[in-house]
This record gives sequence, C-alpha cells and structure tokens, in this order.
Amino acid sequence: MSNQCKCNCGGKSNAFTQLDEILSKYQNTKGALIPVLQEAQSAYGYLAREVVDYIAEKMNIPVSQIYGVVTFYSQFHLNPRGKNIIRVCQGTACHVRGAKAILKAVEDNLKIAAGETTSDLNFTLETVACLGACGLAPVMMVNDDTHGRLTPEGITEILDKYR
Amino acid sequence: MEMVNMIIDGGKFKVPKNFTILEATRIAGVKVPTLCNHPELRPEGNCRVCVVEVKGARSLVASCVYPVSEGMVVNTNSPAIREARRMVVELLLANHPQDCLSCQRNLHCELQTIAAEVGVRQVRFDGEKKNYPLDNSNPSLVRDQNKCIVCGRCIRACSERQGVHVYSFANRGFNTTVVPAFNQGLDKVSCTYCGQCASVCPTGAIVIKDDTAPVWQALANPAKHVVVQTAPAVRVALGEALGMPPGSVVTGKMVAALKRLGFSKVFDTNFSADLTIMEEGAEFLDRLKNGGTLPMITSCSPGWVNFAELFYPDLLDHLSTAKSPQQMFGALVKTYYAEQAKLDPANVISVSIMPCTAKKAEAIRTEMCASGYRDVDYVLTTTELAKMIQEAGIDFHFLAEENYDDPMGIATGAGVIFGASGGVMEAALRTVSELITGEELECIDFKDVRGLKGVKEATLDIGGTEVRVAVVHTLLNARKIMDKIRAGEANYHFIEIMACPGGCIGGGGQPISMTNDFRQKRIDGIYECDTKSTIRKSHLNPAIKELYTSWLGEPLGEKSHKLLHTHYHQQYRD
Ligand code: SF4
Ligand code: SF4
Ligand code: SF4
Ligand code: FES
Repeated sequence: MSNQCKCNCGGKSNAFTQLDEILSKYQNTKGALIPVLQEAQSAYGYLAREVVDYIAEKMNIPVSQIYGVVTFYSQFHLNPRGKNIIRVCQGTACHVRGAKAILKAVEDNLKIAAGETTSDLNFTLETVACLGACGLAPVMMVNDDTHGRLTPEGITEILDKYR
Repeated sequence: MEMVNMIIDGGKFKVPKNFTILEATRIAGVKVPTLCNHPELRPEGNCRVCVVEVKGARSLVASCVYPVSEGMVVNTNSPAIREARRMVVELLLANHPQDCLSCQRNLHCELQTIAAEVGVRQVRFDGEKKNYPLDNSNPSLVRDQNKCIVCGRCIRACSERQGVHVYSFANRGFNTTVVPAFNQGLDKVSCTYCGQCASVCPTGAIVIKDDTAPVWQALANPAKHVVVQTAPAVRVALGEALGMPPGSVVTGKMVAALKRLGFSKVFDTNFSADLTIMEEGAEFLDRLKNGGTLPMITSCSPGWVNFAELFYPDLLDHLSTAKSPQQMFGALVKTYYAEQAKLDPANVISVSIMPCTAKKAEAIRTEMCASGYRDVDYVLTTTELAKMIQEAGIDFHFLAEENYDDPMGIATGAGVIFGASGGVMEAALRTVSELITGEELECIDFKDVRGLKGVKEATLDIGGTEVRVAVVHTLLNARKIMDKIRAGEANYHFIEIMACPGGCIGGGGQPISMTNDFRQKRIDGIYECDTKSTIRKSHLNPAIKELYTSWLGEPLGEKSHKLLHTHYHQQYRD
C-alpha cells in the first residue's frame, strides 16, 4: 500500500486520536482487525468510511477486505445509529400474519427504508429473521421493549412514545 | 517429483503428489465441470460444481481443492454426482436474470456452457431475482452484479495477479455480493481499469464497455473521414475471437476487414511504437548523460500508469514522459496526417483498436488533446472489433489479405514486439545501442527480456557503458519493483512495466481464452511478425525518418514536446 495519505486532508493533523490509541494497542498483535473494529465502533458509535479507510491504511489491509468483514458481521455498522433501534420481525410466523405491512407502515411513518436511520438520528429501522416471540406475531422491538399483535394502524401511536 | 497411485473411475493412475483431484482427473482424461476454479488462479472451492466421490469420505468433495493421496479411489460419474452438479447450477440459475440472448457474453459464457454440460433442462426453483444497479461509472468496464455468481475469481485476479485488491465478498447468505469497498463504482476506488477481472469472470457480470455504437455512426456519416490504428497485440488475437486457433497471425485479414467496415484509412500503431522508441530512447540517453531520474520506467501501459498515479505518486518522475503509441498516433492524425492529406481535422475521426480496456480511459484524459481536438476519439477492444466484423457479416476466413495504408502504416519489427512483455525494452535496446555506439548491432535479439517470467533482468555492455534493465508484467510484480525503488534498493537504469500478464497480448480487451498456453502462442505470433519484417529497428523506419525531417524536427524537440510527451499526476478517487 501507498504510504501517502490518500484523502484530501492535505496532510493536516488528523482527528483520530482515539483511533490511534486503539491501533497502537494492537500494533503487534496478529489478526487484530476484529478487536480494532469493535473498539473503534464503540469509540465512535459506528464505523464511518473515514474510520475504515484510516484503519486500512494504518494496518496495511486493503480497504475492500475490511469492508467485507464489516458487512459480514451484523455487529458492525457503517452508518450512524439512531437513539432508538426498531427491529421488525420478518420470521415465518410474523410473515404469515402480515409483517410486510407492518414494516411498510413503519417505513412510511419514519420516511426511511429498512436499514436506514432518520435524519434527526432518532430512529434506526432494521429487520430481523426472528425475535423468538412468535406467539405475539407480528412483532417488533423498540430498544428492549417488545410490541406484539401489531396492526399497521397502531404503529404511529407506538412510535410517538419514543419521539 | 513424488508420485502417488490412485484409482479414477476404475483405472489406475500415477499422479504427482501435490495435485488436486481435479488435476488428477485431467490426466485420467475426465472433464469434471468447474466454475469458480480458474486454471491461472488459486483454487477456492466456492461453487461445488466440481464434486466427485472419494471412497471413504462421508459426502461428495469439491475436487478443485481436495488434494490427492496414496491409494485414493475416486469416482467422477454416478447418478448422485450428476444430480448434485445439476442442483448447484440450477440454484445459480434460479436467481439469475436469464437474458442470454441480449447478454454481452452470449455464446461465450461459462454459466451457459456448464448449464448445457451438466444437463439442466428445467429450473425447478423460482428464486428471488436480485435487483442491483449497473456500475456504469467508468470508461472501461461495466459491472452487472445481477449476473454475478459469487465465484470470487475477480477478487483473486485483482488481488493475486494485480495486487490492487479492489473487490471482496460482502454481506452474507443470499445477499452475498462481490463488490468494491463500500459498494462504490470502479471510478471511486483504486481501480486501474486493466480489465483482468473481466477476463476471468465466467459470466456477464463484468464486461468491457461497448463503444461500437458511435463508431458505426461515424462510419455511416459521409462527411467524416474515419481513420483507424491497430495495436500490435490485436493481430495475434483477433483470429482467435473469430474461431481460429490461439496465436494465429491475421494482420492482412484484419486490415481487409477494417476496409470493408468502411474506415477511410487503416494505419498501424506499430508506426507510432517506432516513434515512441525514438522519443523514449532519446529521453533515456538524455537522462543517462545528464543525471536525470533513473531508473526510467516505460509509460505505454495505461493500466500501469493509473497504478503508478494511484499508489506511487511520489515516484512519478521515474516514468518516461513519452506518450503511449496510441496517444502519439492520435496526436499526429489530426495534425501531421490531416495536413498531408489536406483534410480539415475537424472532420477527421480517429479510432483505435486496442487489446486493452485501460486505453479507453487513457484516451479521455484531459491532457490528450495535443492536436487541438480529442486526439483519439474512440477506443475499441479486440473483442469489440470481432463483434463488428460479425455484425457486418464479413466472412473473416475467406477474406483476402490487404496492406496497411501509407504513411502511418509503415512500421518495423521493433514496433510489433511492443505487444509482448519485454518488447518495448528490446525495441529500445536495438535503437539505443546503435545511437550510443554508432555501430550496427550484430545480434538484435535480446532474448533475456522475452517470455513469461514475472521479472526479467539483464545487464548489457553498450559501448563500454553498463546498462542494467528489468522487465516486469502484472501489477503485482510492478508493486514489488516499485517498493524496491522506493526503498532505494533498485539499481536499474531502465525498467519496462506492463500491467497485464504477458504484456498487451494478455490485455483485458483481448478475447477470453481458456487454453493454458494461449499467452505463449500469442507471443510466438508477435515474434513471428518481427522476424518476418524487413526492417527490425525503429530508427531505420523510412516513414519515421521522413516524419522527423519534413515535419517534426528532432526527437525531444519543440514539436515533439508539444505533441508526443505528457505528464502524470496523483489520482484521487473519492
Ligand atoms: S451471464 Fe451467461 S447465463 Fe447470464 S444472461 Fe449472460 S449469457 Fe446468459
Ligand atoms: S480492472 Fe484491474 S484493477 Fe480494476 S478491478 Fe479489475 S482487475 Fe482490479
Ligand atoms: S463478478 Fe464475475 S468473477 Fe466476480 S464473483 Fe461475480 S461472477 Fe465471479
Ligand atoms: S470449481 Fe471446484 S468448487 Fe467451484
């Protein structure tokens, strides 16, 4: 890899002091990519592109490979996360009881698609394969609260509690 | 070599110990189907279409990654095996956009071939179709992830062969994709446009950008004078694209076909390759004499130039300022040629036929307008030319050979060897030696710099001066030598670097070949053209001499500087 800084910072001192600390902690550890990513994410909340680029440069790992790792594990996030995490179940039980319509109602309410975060950073919307609460289908969780037997009409009322 | 005994389909065979089962079956005359495996890349065992039975193993094994062992008993053909292979392919087809008839890879697609070979007659699953946007972001390649079968060959080609690491697997399960970092277009990542990924992709998921439409249009416009140049490596690969054996030399037929297509003049890039030697040779002598930056590195391969500008911006002074033959040619078409032929350059369209996808990007660099116009208007690859010939209904096999037009079709054997790794170096040495010593060379074949070895080196005594040269091909080897230069450990004077394996004959715009020695056959074709040439040194090309005396002046002179030299700059891609 090039030793040159490839961003457009013009060589200005960088804003990654915390990241530098993490990187130097793992400097001599082999296979340290995952712990570095984990710590970087908990330091910055998510893995911004600049953060990933910086890690790639410092650890001398192609950025494409890091991108592959980050997208493989669901624990990593490439975008900022909202204050409230909504997870709409798309499991089989929920599916037959109209989970698609629930998701659509949430998407319409928040004006974002699954996987996205509202611009005020209040909500992040995700789908999950199964929340294990099939008896309550269709289900979604907001943070640690389970909401079951949902109807599209009832979505606004629930979301308003978190606004 | 240590051998092991094994039984394949009931027959006894001795095979080298380090073979995979797949390699062993080839010895046994069995053709096990493969998809993610590529003969030139490390096997990965991703697709499982190559399954066979190994006695004692609990399930079918992927033969491309499974090593042989003493006493192994392998069965390659049973109902269970055939069913398993068919299942793999059916599952791939279940979410594949089956628009073969309008796909660029129609009739040249490994997925199609495999489907036919394993006997898929119906697709029993109706899978969810993917719906990814096209990556049309760049001048060279088009990526259609919907056609990607996630075999990972492009990842391996770009990393193992080129050391560029553009792609990786991303996401998981059904959503697994093969993409550049952050799923960006190739224009936003450090891609060199070398096209090696396209040449290993088994499907239409990475294809050459098709620029034939505007060329057809220009040819149909009577107000335009359409001139074409053909690169050295095209003549040894075009035949292959049209059904002839690899390495067939089809220069005369190609010229005839281009005339039938309606080009006003058919010229040879070999002419400007000779010119490149005059300018680059003079530059080398100048650097040698006056303490310029050494080693000097060739700059004819735009994939390599992109690589240098992306990864070694601190070393750009090492690159020769001489333009590539394509661009030298382009700069002369709308100046020198237009003047001679009394044409208004505004009505001249300059087309080039290249073995290379990066040439498409080179032609649209902002500085490539030395003539006051776009020096090269359209770049077509060998593959695109083959399609035009087919589309026009020209029966290539029955075409009588024709000759290039004067004056820019006159070239030497030194020009043609530009098409093979080592050729630029050899051509330069033929001229530089005679310029230094003033004597005629006895032996003009510099065989040390020829061939497919990744890094070739030679030390020469030229009139008492020791000249150390190196020749490398593939960007992985380029990276190795550049790292040495950066570390101050390379004591060469002159280095030739080509981005593609084997040089331009292995370019990303060439027809895709699966025979194992196709590169060597094309190289043989190139040197056959050289030996058959009456003149084999660039500085003896009469048309080049005439160009300098009547129009250009001296190598490195004012006019040369304006038209034939260029500069490089660091590339930022975000
Ligand atoms: S990639 Fe192959 S199988 Fe897919 S549409 Fe193109 S030709 Fe057909
Ligand atoms: S064109 Fe070359 S550098 Fe770009 S992705 Fe393909 S193989 Fe890699
Ligand atoms: S783009 Fe082509 S080579 Fe790359 S993984 Fe997909 S099918 Fe394989
Ligand atoms: S060819 Fe062997 S697993 Fe794909």
